[in-house]
Order: sequence, then C-alpha cells, then structure tokens
Amino acid sequence: MSDPVSSEPVLAVDGLSIGFQTRRGLLPAVRELSFSVRSGEMLAIVGESGCGKSLTALALLGLVPPPGRVTGGTVRLEGRDLLALDEAALRRVRGARMSMIFQEPMTALNPVLTVGEQIMEAILEHEAVSRKAARERTLALLERVRIPDPERRFAEYPHRLSGGMRQRVMIAMALAGAPAVLVADEPTTALDVTIQAQILGLIDELRREQGTAVVFITHDLGVVSRYVDRVLVMYAGRKVEERDTRDLFAGPLHPYTRGLIAAQPRAGAGAAGAERERLAEIPGTVPALAAMPPGCAFAPRCPLADARCVQAVPPPRRAGSGLVACHHAGETHAL
Amino acid sequence: MPSDVMLAAEANATPAPAVPVLQVSGLSVEYRTARGVVHALDDVSFELAPGETLGIVGESGCGKSTLARAVVRLLDPSAGTIRLGGTDITHASRRRMRAARRDLQMVLQDPAASLDPRWTVGDLLAEPLEIHGIGTRAERRARVADLLGKVGLPPEAAQRRPHEFSGGQRQRIGIARALALEPKVVVLDEPVSALDVSVQAQILNLLTDLQRTLGVSFLFIGHDLSVVEHVSDRVAVMYLGRIVELGGRDSLWRRPAHPYTRALLDAAPRIDGPSAPAGPGLAGDTPSPYDLPSGCRFHTRCPIAADRCRNEAPALRALSPGHLVACHFAE
Amino acid sequence: MALPETVSLPPARADFRDTTVGRLLRRPSALLGLILLAGILAMAAFADIAFTGDPLDMAGMPLLRPGEDAAFPLGTDMMGRDLASGIFHGARVSLLIGGVAALVSLVIGIGIGALSGYYGGRIDRALMRVTELFQTIPPFLFTLALVAILQPSIATITAAIGITSWSGLARLVRAEVLRLRNSELAQASIILGASDARIIFRHILPNALAPVIVSASILVATAILTESSLSFLGLGDPNVVSWGGMVGAGRETIRTDPHVAAIPGVAIVIAVLALNLLGDGLNDVLNTKGERR
Repeated sequence: MSDPVSSEPVLAVDGLSIGFQTRRGLLPAVRELSFSVRSGEMLAIVGESGCGKSLTALALLGLVPPPGRVTGGTVRLEGRDLLALDEAALRRVRGARMSMIFQEPMTALNPVLTVGEQIMEAILEHEAVSRKAARERTLALLERVRIPDPERRFAEYPHRLSGGMRQRVMIAMALAGAPAVLVADEPTTALDVTIQAQILGLIDELRREQGTAVVFITHDLGVVSRYVDRVLVMYAGRKVEERDTRDLFAGPLHPYTRGLIAAQPRAGAGAAGAERERLAEIPGTVPALAAMPPGCAFAPRCPLADARCVQAVPPPRRAGSGLVACHHAGETHAL
Repeated sequence: MPSDVMLAAEANATPAPAVPVLQVSGLSVEYRTARGVVHALDDVSFELAPGETLGIVGESGCGKSTLARAVVRLLDPSAGTIRLGGTDITHASRRRMRAARRDLQMVLQDPAASLDPRWTVGDLLAEPLEIHGIGTRAERRARVADLLGKVGLPPEAAQRRPHEFSGGQRQRIGIARALALEPKVVVLDEPVSALDVSVQAQILNLLTDLQRTLGVSFLFIGHDLSVVEHVSDRVAVMYLGRIVELGGRDSLWRRPAHPYTRALLDAAPRIDGPSAPAGPGLAGDTPSPYDLPSGCRFHTRCPIAADRCRNEAPALRALSPGHLVACHFAE
Repeated sequence: MALPETVSLPPARADFRDTTVGRLLRRPSALLGLILLAGILAMAAFADIAFTGDPLDMAGMPLLRPGEDAAFPLGTDMMGRDLASGIFHGARVSLLIGGVAALVSLVIGIGIGALSGYYGGRIDRALMRVTELFQTIPPFLFTLALVAILQPSIATITAAIGITSWSGLARLVRAEVLRLRNSELAQASIILGASDARIIFRHILPNALAPVIVSASILVATAILTESSLSFLGLGDPNVVSWGGMVGAGRETIRTDPHVAAIPGVAIVIAVLALNLLGDGLNDVLNTKGERR
C-alpha cells in the first residue's frame, strides 16, 4: 500500500464461494472470500483443518475436485477472470502465469519420468523452444532452486530424491513459466524443520528477486510470523481477519485469532522449577459443514459471543491495517 | 512436587536422589533389510524420575520412534538394557512382559488407527482391566466412567464408537486407555502431531494436569520443539540414532551447546521468537541411515566440523550438572 | 486440580441408510442378487411342501414339454421325473453342499492364513508351502480325484470341495492379518498386555473379515458349480437329485428335448449369478467404509 508502483494487485479474488454437492444438498465450504495479492508479496491463508484454505488454493487454479464446485465469485489474475475461462484456456494459464506446489510433491511428480524430463515438459508445454534450449533452462532452474549437481539430478527419478529435494524440484517446475503468482499449499508440512527452513528461505528469495506473488497456505503461525507480509485467517469457510503480519501478532482483533496465538506453546515459559504454564484453549471443536450456526460460526466457542453473534454473520470491517469480521472486534483485550 | 523433580533432573549427573522409574542404558536397535543393516538406535542412555517428563526431540530418521518402540518392547534391542522400576525387562519373556506392562504404557500417534473401530469406547477402556483381571464387570464399568471423566469426556462417550469422535477427542480416549492400569511410565509417541493447534493445546494441558494429579512419568516423543519444550522437564535431542544433547529444558533452550540443537532451534520459527534466523541454517539433507558418516554423525552438516569430528565420535559428556552434550567443541 | 473441561459430543448417528445392510440394499445389482438368492432359499425350504414324494421317482409321462401338462409346469425328463420337483429339491443339495463346503474352506483358510500372517517366520514359510502345493494342483481335477477315491456322497463331495478350495482364501487372510499385525491396532493391544489369542480373535480377525465375507459368497458359488460339474460327470451322490445331475441326465435328449438340460442349467446360472452380484455389492460396500464422510 505504501508503494504506488505495485499497488495494482496481480491476483484479486472477490466473493469466492465453494460448496460440496451431497445427497443432503449443497454444503458451503468457502463463503464470499475476497483478498488480493500484489507482485512480490507473500500472503498467508491460515486456519485449522477444514477451514477451507486448501480448497481456496485449488479454486485459484480451477482445480476444485468433485463433488466440490465453485458456486460464485471471481478470481482475477492480471485482470482476467479465471473462473470464466474454459479448461483449455485455464491450462494455458496454469504453470505459465500461476503455478502451485503441494504438501506432498510425490503425488504431483510422475514416478516414471526423470526429474529433468518433467521440468523440460513443463517448459515445452508453454513455450515454442527447442529441446536443447529447454534442457538448458531446466538445468538453470535446478541450479536456481539450489539442487546440487544439476546435471546428475536431471537424470534421476523422483523416488530417489529426499523430501526436501522433491519439493525443490516441484518449485523448479512451478517456476518454469516464470509465473506471476505461486500458490503454495502447506509446502513444508511434511518436511523436517531444518529442511523446512531451506525451502521457505528459497521461496522467500524467489519472490524478492523475481517479484512473484505468493499465496501461502499453512497452519503454522510460527512460519507465518517469520516469512509472510500479510495474513488472512479463515474459520469455518470465512475470512475472520486479514492484517499485516506484525499487526496481527501484536494485537489480534478477532477472538479466534487471539485464541490461536495464545494456544501456541511459548519459548522459555517460566524459570527453572516454575509451575508449567497452561496453554490457552479454545473450547469445543469446529462446527461440521452440515451443522453451521446461522450467525457467526465462531460464536459457540467464543467467550465474547452474545445474542447478536448468534443471529447475524458479522460483515468484514476495516480495522487498522486490514479487516476483521467480528461484532466485538477490538474487545479482545477484555479477555 | 514439580520443583523437586526439576532439582532431581538438574542433578542427574550426580547420583540421582529419586530412584528412577525407567533406566535405559546403552540401548541399540538394528534392522536388517534388503539394502543392509540400519543402525536405527545407537548406544542411547537416560533415566526417567518419578513424575518427570523427559522429551525426546529430533527430525525424521533420528531414531526417536524406534526408541519409543524399543522401550515398550515392541522392538527387540540388539544391545543395552531397559530397567523398569529396578527390574531388567530387556529380555523379559512374553509372559513376564505382559505383567510388566501394567507399569509401562504407551499412547500412539494416531488414535484413529490404534482404537479398534468395531468396539465401543467403554469396551476399549475396559479391555486393559479385563486383560489383567482387574475388578468385576461392574467395577470395571465404574472405572471406565472415572477414566472418561479424567480425560474430560462425558460418561455417554462409553456407548459410542471411536469414529464418532473428533481427532482430539480420540486422543483423549487413547490417553485414558493408557492410564487405565495406573502405570508408572507412559511413553507418548507424537501424541499431538496430527492435531490442530487449538486442540493440541487442550491435549497438552490435559497431559500436564494428569501428571500433576497422578504422578506418572512421561517419555514424550515429538518433532515440534515448542511442544516438546512446553511439556518436558528435561529434553534429549537426537540425531541419526544418537542423543547429541540432553539437559534441563531451560538450560537446553537458553544455552544450547550442540551445533545441531542450535540449528534446530534456529530453523523452527515461533511467533514470539526472532523474526529472522540467526544463522544461515543447515545445508543439505540428513545422511542415509544405511551409510552413516564416520566419527561424529553430524559432521557432514556441521558448521564447525574439524578433522577430529570426521574420525572420532564424541562421547556424551557433562557440560554442567545435568547438561550432557556429545560434541568435541561444545563448552 | 480442577477437572478438565468436559467436551461435548456430536449427536449420535443411527441412520439405517448408513449401515452396511442399508447401503447394500441401495445397490440395484446387490439387491437383485439378494432377491434371487432369497428365491432359491425359499425353493429349498418349501421343496417338501410343494412337491411331496421323491423327485427321483417316475411321476408322469416321459419327456413332457413345459406347459404341456398342467401337473408338470416345467415338464418331465426321459424317465418321467418331474423337472420342477427336481429343481426345488436340487436347490437344497446345491445350497447345502455350497454352504458347507464354503464353511470347511473358510475354517481351513482362515486358520492357516491367520497363523501364517500372525506368527510369520518358520510357521509362515511351512504353511505357505503347503498352500502353494494346493494352489498348483488344478482344484477341479483334485476334487474329482478325491471324490472318485472316497465314493460319491453328499458328505464326501462337500469335504472334497472344501479341502481343495481354501488356498486362495488362506493367502487373502494371511495378507490381511499381516497388515493388521503390524498396525497400530495390534501394537496398542500388545502394549496393554493382551495375549496372542485375544489379539488375533478379538481385534485382528474381526477387522480382516470384510474381504473374507466377499470371497465367501464367491466360494459358495464356485462350490455349487463344482458340485454341478461332478454330478454332470456322474460323480454326484446317486441318492439325491442335483442340478448338475439333471443337466447330465438331459444330455442324451439335448437335440430333441433341450429343455430337460436347459432348465436345471438356468437354475445353476441364476444361483451363481446371484452370489456373484451379492459378492460384488458387498465388496463395494465393505471396502469404502472408512472413506465415507
């Protein structure tokens, strides 16, 4: 917002709704979600399992698996609404202007092709270049994602690589078309912390150097605090808070965000011999999709909930550096 | 009570004042596979005091799960001894081991997989009592209700089957089942790794409360440093089958002595921690367990490795009372 | 310490549509299989009431066509035996032999598979060699040889079919038990101090049952076919009527009066089809149990 040059968002999502078609009717899983990302910005979508964050990531690329389907809204990439495109046009966008990396790279890599062949294929899919040029580019990409000895790795099959190396290969493949937006769905959740640090460092460096916008789906607030510019917190399919990272951790406005942060174990809690501090709990569990309360979905677990919360869904309201959807926003200090 | 435990833990290098409930010394486990022998666990020793929680933390392949399984004798160790309350159970017969299990229980990572889907929760919780011939049917039913209350589940839960519960509730059932026999030691193998943060907090608080009221000792296996730190009195850091550092939670977190511990702490971002890593982080992957590095197993990734590290494996030595480290250069 | 806060439970689910039987009935093919099977069972149950007298006795004019004489709706064979009576009484023999033979093979297959999978090592190797031996001999020839040696009777035919058809099942059970034996389910029981017998009979086998139930329905179908084939070749029990035997008896008049062989043939096809439809339905229903939302 401070930089006027890049203030035009590359990706703008408006009113995105996703539902599951079941024999009991359409169950909304994501409701009226709006957000945007600018070049070189990293936006995190955080929330617990079932909040709709991964579904949102898939919807950005038109990959929502049945029985799920997008039921409304727009996804504008560089001004073009992707939801209005047909499959062929979408395929030209995927991998070229917007790519995605997944939690488990093995499911996205072809086990019978070598690493190099797969990346070359990704390049040749979108560009009319010679195989020789594509090979050269592939080696450069492998080097770009810090894979040691790219010549040798080029000819290796995915199962021969470690989890961290596979994720690097995925990133190299995602970068093949020099995309404007990279969607990363829990890319380090399956990795060890020292490897996670390597991969996150790499993604961070790429967006700084190439200006790639990153939509980062995660449940890990620690990772968010270190690498991300802006955070969107989802609960039960809706955005409950969206803030600059520093502001969010300094003063969460939504009671759910506050609960999430307080539930994290802290460093060096108490001196030696001190009573172990209890973690703040969020009582209860997330409501099931089929049993969503009519008002604020968090109301049944919220210490601030009153009659208004039970009846009406709170609309997102501007608050400091972002938005919050809570009738009692700002009252969390009273907790 | 916890402060006594902490003192006992801190003074571990000198003769332990409390008789340990669990003593593991020189424990090694080898797997024979088609690709060769894997030394999954190599010469691991520690003690667990009554009412204490010892955390075991490390990345995949460090041997922490093997350690958990060897301690409860799901795996047979190739060397070393395990003593439970002074009795050597390393080679206990199946019959003797079954009796010993009253004092030594385990909570597995995935309660969805370890709780029989066909059984009701009441039957699952009564099973350990039934196996060991404890109580009449009515007494067992009363005990089940009591156990459910202890882990924060309503008595009606006894009639339900495991799949009707959420992940966190299922883990409560797993914990209740492990506590049914009133064991002295419970091994917890990544008990909250599959859970969401808010539910994880519920389970961690539950474990803390249970330990306070029951005085049970926990061996807590985990990969999340902040979780392990939160629940543990002392923590052992493992790398490729060995303990590289073991110390009181505070001294380990404030003054990590092993370069691997430092890298681990630095690599795991936390919301109240520094906003950027202090160092460049570890390069490369953990070496293959089939082809372990010579000397210190960490030397291939260590920022301060020297020739000595390539040739000579560092022994675990006391830096200060109760703080052990296996590094030639730690001070 | 304050008691931990009690968590609330989701409402109990008792929807019949979600039970195994409920979901089975919603599959048209499985439902058809069940209806056909129920029909055959009813025929077997009411054979004595519907057709008094021995079905092997001559009842009327030989080689009556179906519909020619209202007393013999399906006609008669060359000996003047009532085909309808034969079909009803034959259903008894087919179901009896099919069911009991499948039971014999289930007991042997589950026993060997469970021991082999649970204990592994030397026991596994020895039992699997025996299983492979049984698998290498063509089962029908093996059954034929056994029946020829033992003299055909309902008991020997049932035993012979049971003894020769368990090997596939044993391998199936072994694989399931092996998987469950290394699962957290069995490990949790070991940690509690449970005995081997408890782990096998109360946790492992009940959870390994789904594929066994599916293959049991196929086993019954195969046993019915085998019995029919034996009878067709003249190695059936001569004292009872069986569908296979009826097909065999109709062979001589197949050019002039094809209905004599065709009617019992259709009965065999329907029985085998019914069991296969049921097996397929069970397979779909039981194997997707854990994946449903």
